[in-house]
Order: sequence, then C-alpha cells, then structure tokens
Amino acid sequence: MRGLRAGTVVLLACLLALALLPLVAEKYYIQLFTKMMIMAIFAMSLDLLVGFTGLVSLGHAAFFGLAGYVLAFAAPQYQAADLWLSLPLAMVCSGLLALIIGALVLRTSGIYFIMVTLAFAQMVFFLFHDTKIAGGADGIYVYAKPVAAIAGWEPFTLENHTHFYFVVLVLLALVYACLRLLLNSLFGRVIVGIRVNEPRMKSLGYRTFRYKLVCFVLAGALAGMAGYFAAAQFGFVSPETLGWHQSGSVLMMVILGGMGTLTGAVLGAFAMMLVELGLQGLPVIGGVEIAKHWQLLMGAFIVCAVLLLPQGLLGLGKLASRLRSKPAEARDG
Amino acid sequence: MDANTFLIQVLNGIQYGLLLFLVASGLTLILGIMGIINLAHGTFYMVGAYLAFSLSQHFGSLWLAMAGGVVIAVAIGLVLEWLLISRLYYRDHLYQVLLTYGLILIFEELRSVVFGDDVHGVAVPEFLRVSIPLTETLSYPVYRLWMSAVCLVLAVGMYLLIQKTRLGMMIRAGASNREMVQSLGININLLYRLVFALGVALAAFAGMIAAPVASVFPGMGNQVLIVCFVVVVIGGIGSVKGAMLAAILIGLVDTFGKVLTLDIGGFEVLPQMSGMMIYVLMAVVLLARPEGLFGKRA
Repeated sequence: MRGLRAGTVVLLACLLALALLPLVAEKYYIQLFTKMMIMAIFAMSLDLLVGFTGLVSLGHAAFFGLAGYVLAFAAPQYQAADLWLSLPLAMVCSGLLALIIGALVLRTSGIYFIMVTLAFAQMVFFLFHDTKIAGGADGIYVYAKPVAAIAGWEPFTLENHTHFYFVVLVLLALVYACLRLLLNSLFGRVIVGIRVNEPRMKSLGYRTFRYKLVCFVLAGALAGMAGYFAAAQFGFVSPETLGWHQSGSVLMMVILGGMGTLTGAVLGAFAMMLVELGLQGLPVIGGVEIAKHWQLLMGAFIVCAVLLLPQGLLGLGKLASRLRSKPAEARDG
Repeated sequence: MDANTFLIQVLNGIQYGLLLFLVASGLTLILGIMGIINLAHGTFYMVGAYLAFSLSQHFGSLWLAMAGGVVIAVAIGLVLEWLLISRLYYRDHLYQVLLTYGLILIFEELRSVVFGDDVHGVAVPEFLRVSIPLTETLSYPVYRLWMSAVCLVLAVGMYLLIQKTRLGMMIRAGASNREMVQSLGININLLYRLVFALGVALAAFAGMIAAPVASVFPGMGNQVLIVCFVVVVIGGIGSVKGAMLAAILIGLVDTFGKVLTLDIGGFEVLPQMSGMMIYVLMAVVLLARPEGLFGKRA
C-alpha cells in the first residue's frame, strides 16, 4: 500500500509541475511540451495493445495519421474546423479503420501479427501517398486551428499556445485516468489474462477475439485523438505521419519507458523526444555535422536500449530500489 | 493489350517475383528456422545495391563487384549475428523488432553519410546489353531474362541445399527442436550464424542484380522489405515453396496493377491505386487461410 501511495504522490507532483510549467516557460518550451504530451497519449494508446493485451502492432501510426487527414478534410482551405464536431469525427474514423484492420489482423498472432499490422498500415500509407485525394506525397496543410465555440461562446482558443497546452494536458490526464479505470475493471483483468494465457481465458468462456478487437478499436481511436492534435499543432499532414517510421518510433517510446504500465509510455514519449532533440542539437565536431545525421545515433541508442534496458526506464528505477533494499537478493536474481 | 505487350508484362511480373523471392526466402528462413523477425532484411537489399554501385565503379566490372559484394554481405551477416542477433533468441519478438528497427536507422544513415541521398545508376554488363526484338517497336532486354535465370538457379540450389544435403538436414532439425540438435553434438550457434549470413547474402545479391534495372536510391530497402513481408504472410512462415509461389503471384499482381486501367463510377481505381493491390491480395489470403498458403497451423 505504501508503494502505491508513493507512486500516486509522484504522479500528482508531475501533473502539478506540468500544470505550472506555462507560468515559467517560454513559448518554445510550451509548444515542445505540448508535442511531447500528444505523443504520450499516442504511446499510451499503443501500450494498451502491446503492454496489456500482448498485441505487438507495428502499424499504429495509421490511426494517428488518418485522424490528421480527417482534420484536414474538416478544415477546408483557410476555414477553421469545429473542434466539437471534428475531434469526435476524427476519432470515429480512426476507430472504424481500426475495426476493419483489426477484424483482419486479429485472425493472426505472434510474428504474423507484427508483419500484417505493418503491411496494412502501409496500405493506408499508399492510399494517401499515391492517390490525389489529399495532396498525394506532398501532404496537405491545415491552415487554421479548430475553433471550440459553444453557441458563439469560446471557452478557449487553440490559436493561443498556452490554451492549446492546457487542453492537451487535460486530455492526457483524462486518457490516463480512463485507461487506469478500464484496466482496473473486469475488462482490464480479462485482457491481461489474454496476454498471459489466451487458451486459458478461452476455456474460462471469454470470447477473446471480441475483447482484443475492442482493445484494438479503442487504441485506434485514442491514437486518432493524438493524431488530431498533432496535425492541429503542426498545421500540416503528410503520408509520413502514418508511415512505419512513426509506428516504429512510438513502439520504441512504449518500450523505452517500460511497457504495461501506462506511466512508462508517458515517460518513454518524453524521454524519446528529448533524446531526439538532444541529438538534433549536437554541435559540429571536427568538421562533421553530427546533428545532420542524428538518425545514426538514434539507431545506436535504440539498439543499446534494447540490449541494456529490457524493462525500460521504469525497470531501471525498480532495479535501483531493489539494489538499495535487498542487495543480496538482487545479486542472486 | 495485344499479345506482345501481354508477354512482356508477364515476363516483367515473373522477373520481379523471382527477385522478391531471393529477398523473401532469406526472410522466411530466418523467421522459420531461427524465430527472428528481421526488419533490417530489406536494408541488406539496399546494401547490396550500393555495393554493386560503388564496387563496379572501383573494379570497372559488375561481375567482380558481385563477387566482392557477396563476400562483404556474408561478413556483415556473420558479424551482426554474432554481435547482436544472437542475443535475441530467447527474447520476445518485440525486442527483435526494435533492435532491427534500430539497425535500419543506422544503415540508412550510414548510407546517407557515405553515398549521399542522390539516385545512382549501374551500367548493365557489356554482353548482356542487347534486346530481343519482338515486333518493330517492342523488344525485351536480355539482362532481365538473365536475372530471372539466375534467380531460378539460386532457388533450385537452395531447395537442394535444404532438402538434400547434410547441412540442410541439420538446419531443418534446428528449426523444429533447438535443444535436441544441440544435445546431438551439433553446433547450433554456428548453424544459425550460417543461416543468417545466407539470408543476408541472398538479399544483398538480389540488390546487386537489381541495381542495373531498378537504379540505386535511398529507402529502396524498406520498400522491398514490406512487400517481402506480404510475400511471407501469403506463403506461410518458414516455407520456401510458399515464398516462391507468393512472390511470383505478387510480382504479377503488382505489374499488371500498374498497366491495367480500371474505373469504377468515374473514379480511377487502377493504376492510381495499384500500390494497394498486393495488400488487398494479402487480406483475401488472411480471410481464407490466416496461416498462409503453405504455413503450418499454429
């Protein structure tokens, strides 16, 4: 019980720190943290699949990117979309896509599942890349940020970067809380049971396919929420937002933080983006522009993280506390 | 479409399919025998193409470049397996995905550092630089026929290696029971290292022979990788026979998707959406046989 309470305290402290950040930070940092929180929502949605249900999806960016395109369609040139209409629409579209893809890919498991999710995401990529429905390979601009008006009254405006920040922060907290509640419910126990031993859950009478499909659709819709705000913030959508590099990088966020914990996904998203930013900001050493080739170091970072941090960053913390409390036991284990 | 154009497209489709087979067979062997999902497999195809480009300039001959390239590719495979892949055998597929994803980033960026981001071409060897005339305006390049022939020879060679030799027997045994093979006194680690190197060499060789017709460009590996995933999914994991059939099927579907035209309700479906055709094919196969055409039921 004490451990749980300590965890809650840390969590609330982090939330408070994030809430106070706009008071002290400059515009650049507020926007950066907004972006990181958007990716954190995206990473949490994938964690629901990878960490809890045991479904390693390598095509999760398809739902993220599609929602961005929905926003672009909902905001025709120079006109702003209505937030209250376009956000649910984007999430429903991503959820529907997840329903279609999920119904197919969930017929497979293991290695097949990884390959098939990647392949279907690539199909969506080609749909936007090759056809002219949304600017093709060049992508499409979202000229104005969505407007949040209720009968003429605007509680907040997304054009203001601080307002945008708080909207995303509230959503991050909401998504976290809802997923936590969901995972603590019977539904959550069932999906964890599926990850650990699917045949056993089946013999207990659960229709595991339906549970997995619900998870897949929910994760898709939440990825859509993240994709919607990413497109709104960046003001531009291209096929790359639903490409497989995006899928790979969000998977890395989940693993880097520590999967199956939700907080790990958030931590991983923040850490990964800070690493990326750090690498892009590297100076020129000996006439070599290291920052230009940051992907090289990112690749090396990922390889090292996989080999050295099997439990993610959260696992590192646990290891440290175990070493402190029971040194002998930790050495044996 | 007249008979000659049709013939040319069939030949192109088969040639593309055979090329895919070279890459996909390595992928499916590494998956089926070692249980490793290797996202970096397409990268080795790219490495092969760039090796062909740089070595053929250096030696002035594509043949020498190929010989040298295969040696380098085998070396890369052996080193990678020893250094990284061997640490993944007992770990979840998830970590295999991530580590090999990291490898893609490293190789892509190394390529950018060494060769830049331009598109390069490789010359077709002198004596294959002829075409067979079909009509007054249409002809078929001999190099493409030669490519298909080489792929077929390699496919037969691989079949014989796996089904008829002692090494192949050990490889097949290793696929079904790693511990048992080990306790029979066979060095399974060495065996896996060889299989991985063979897969890398096949992918790189495919890149080398494709370089003169497909040009050499950034991102070419990932494009091939995903198509090869589709091939493996359709064919069934670990099945070389399935990979062959699926690769030819995909080659034909992709080629004809690009040349046929199809309008539905005034909306141009083909060739605009030809890139999606193979995925539709995969969806159909998944609906009918989720384990692939020649896969074992899980």
